[in-house]
Amino acid sequence: MLTIRDLHASINGKEIIKGLNLQINAGEVHAIMGPNGSGKSTLSAVLVGNPAFEVTGGEVIFNGQNLLEMLPEARSCEGLFLSFQYPVEIPGVSMVNFMRTAVNEHRKCKGEAPLTAGDFLKIMREKQSIVELDKHLVNRSVNEGFSGGEKKRNEIFQMAMLDPKLAILDETDSGLDIDALRIVANGVNQLKRPDNAMIVITHYQRLLDYIKPDVVHVLYNGCIIKTGGSELALELEEKGYDWLKYN
Amino acid sequence: MQQYTDFFKSQRQKIDEACPPLLNSFREKAFDFFQRTGFPVYQSENYQHTDIADLLKTDFGFYIGHYKIDINPYRVFPCTIHNLNSYKSFLVNGRYYEESVPGLPQGVFSGSLNDFAREYPLVFAKYYNGQANAKGDGLAAFNTMFVQDGYVLYIPENVTVEKTFQLTNVSGGNIDSLTNRRILVILEKNAQAKLLVCDHATDEKPVLAATQVMEIYAGENASFDFYDLEESSLNTVRLTANFVLQEAASSVTTNTITLSNGITRNNYQADLSGKQAEIRLSGMAVADVQQKIDNFTCIHHHVPACRSNELFKYVLDDEAVGAFSGRIIVAQDAQKTVAYQNNRNLLGSSRCRMYSKPQLEIYADDVKCSHGMTTGQLDEKALFYMRSRGIPFTEAVLLLKSAFTSDVIKEIRLESLRDRLKFLVEKRFRGELIKCQGCI
Repeated sequence: MLTIRDLHASINGKEIIKGLNLQINAGEVHAIMGPNGSGKSTLSAVLVGNPAFEVTGGEVIFNGQNLLEMLPEARSCEGLFLSFQYPVEIPGVSMVNFMRTAVNEHRKCKGEAPLTAGDFLKIMREKQSIVELDKHLVNRSVNEGFSGGEKKRNEIFQMAMLDPKLAILDETDSGLDIDALRIVANGVNQLKRPDNAMIVITHYQRLLDYIKPDVVHVLYNGCIIKTGGSELALELEEKGYDWLKYN
Repeated sequence: MQQYTDFFKSQRQKIDEACPPLLNSFREKAFDFFQRTGFPVYQSENYQHTDIADLLKTDFGFYIGHYKIDINPYRVFPCTIHNLNSYKSFLVNGRYYEESVPGLPQGVFSGSLNDFAREYPLVFAKYYNGQANAKGDGLAAFNTMFVQDGYVLYIPENVTVEKTFQLTNVSGGNIDSLTNRRILVILEKNAQAKLLVCDHATDEKPVLAATQVMEIYAGENASFDFYDLEESSLNTVRLTANFVLQEAASSVTTNTITLSNGITRNNYQADLSGKQAEIRLSGMAVADVQQKIDNFTCIHHHVPACRSNELFKYVLDDEAVGAFSGRIIVAQDAQKTVAYQNNRNLLGSSRCRMYSKPQLEIYADDVKCSHGMTTGQLDEKALFYMRSRGIPFTEAVLLLKSAFTSDVIKEIRLESLRDRLKFLVEKRFRGELIKCQGCI
C-alpha cells in the first residue's frame, strides 16, 4: 500500500528525515516510536503534504501513485488520512459544513453524487457514536473551544467519516486521560479492516495496549534504526531509547 | 466646488421647483455653510483616505426639478428576499417611486420626503436636518442644498411594526450623474421598526455618484434595526452621512454591508443622549480589483450607563483599498459606559491596502471600554487542515473567508436576510456576483 524509499526531508534548510525506508501492506498496523525530535511528526507531515516541509530526496509510492507529486487534497481523496497531533481550530466554519464539504469532495473524486443533507446527517450520527462524540459538538465551529480529549475524538470521527485506506495517528494518545484513551482506541479498532492500514505514532507503550501493532519501528535521528514485533515496544518501555542508541 | 456654488445660485428656482417650501427653506443655511467650508478637506483628520472634492469634480448631470423616472424598479430590482415579508419602497435616482404602500399600521408613514414635508409639517420641521446641521460637515450641507426627494419612515409613539420596511435605491442612466437623496427615520417613544436599504446601480458605464444623508431619531425605549446593503458597480461613487440620535433606553442596530461597489465612503455619527441607550454598529466590506471602501464612525457617549458595540470586518483582494476609523468619545459624566470596538481585516494580496484607526477618548473613570484591530492573511494552518481532509484549496479559501464574515452576518436579527446574505457573500467570494440579480 505504501512504500517509502530513501526519503529525505527538511524544514527551513535543516534536514530532519535522513534516508528513511518503510513498507506498509494492507491489513497492517505499524507503530512508530522514538525520542523527541527524531522526526516522527515530520514524517507524517511530509506524507500528507504539509507545505512547511521540503522533500529533498527519495520517493513515496501510495497505491501505485507517486504521492509526493500530489496536492494535499488529492492525497486525502486517494485515501490518506492524518489524525493531527494538534488539531486546528477554525472559527466560523461549522463541523457539519466542514465534514459535508470534505465527504462530498471525496465522493466527487470517486465519481459519486453528493450526499443529500438527510443521508449525510444519518451517516454523521452513526460515526459520531464510534467515538462517543457529543452530538452538540458537530454544530459548533471546527475544534473551537473543544477540550483536548474532544479534539482527539473529533479526529477519529473525521477518520470514520472519510474511511481512509491509510490512516496516520500522530500522537493521538497525548493529552488524553485513561477513559478518553480507551474510547479513542476502541474507535480506531472498530475502523480497522483487512483492506486498510494504520501508522500509529506514539511515545508510549500504553496506547499499544489498546491498538495492537503488527510491526514496531524505532525512529532515531531521521532514520529507522530498529524494527520488530509488538514485543519491541515493551522492551523500549523497560529499557528506554538509550538502550538502542548505544547498541 | 465653484461649479456647485454657481449652480446653486443660478438654478435655485429649478432646484426648488419640485419640492415643498418647507424643504426648500433649509437650503439657504446649508449653502452659507458650504460656501464657508466647502467639501471636507482631503487628508484632514477625518478624511485621510477619501478625497470628496476630487470625486465630485466631474461635471455631473443633476437630477433636479420634475425629472422623469424611466426605470421601473419592480422590473429591474424587485428585490424579493425569500421568506422576507416586507413593505417595499423605491428611490429611483433619488426620487420616490410613486406606489402606495398598502396595509400600514395607523399613523405610520413610509414614503416620500416631499410628501412627508407636506403632510406632517410640524414633525418634519422638528426633525429634518436637525442632526445634519448640528454635526454634519460640508458633505451633509451639500446634500441639503440640492436634495430633491428621499424616504421617510415615521413610527409614532407605542407602535411596533413587525414587518420589515425595505427601501431600494436604484441608480441608472446614460450620462455621468449625481443624485442627492435623503432618508429620515423617526421612532417616537416605545416605537419599533426594522429597515433594510439596498443600493443598486442599473448601468455599468457612466459614473453614478450619490450623496445620501440619513438621520435616525430613536425616542425613549424605541428600537430600530437598520441594514444597509450596497451592491452597485465599479463606476459608482457613494458618499453617505448617517446620523443617529438616541434617547434613554433606546436600542439601535445598524449593519452596513458593502458587497460590491466602486468608491464608497460611509460616515456614521451616533449620539447616545439618554441613559441605558444601546447601539450595535457593525459593518462588513468585500472589495477587490480597484474598489475602495472607507467607513468612518464616531460614537459619542454623552450620559452614563449606555452601551455601544462596534464590529467591522474587511476582506480585501487585488488592489482594493479599505479604511476604517472608529472614534469613541466617553464624556466625563458618562460613568458605567460599556463600549467595545473590533476591527478585523483579511488581506488576500500583497497589493491591497487597509488603513485602520481606532480612536478612544475616555474622559470618565468608571467605564468598560476595549478596542482591537488586526490585519492579516488567511490562517495557513487552517487552510492545510482543510486540504488534508480533501477540501480543495479554492474551496478552503472560500470557507475561511465566509467564516471570517459570519459574525457580522450574525448581527442581523432577520433570519431570512441572514440566509440571503450568507448566500450572496459566498457568491461574491466565488466571483459570481457582479451585481445582484434581483435577489431572486
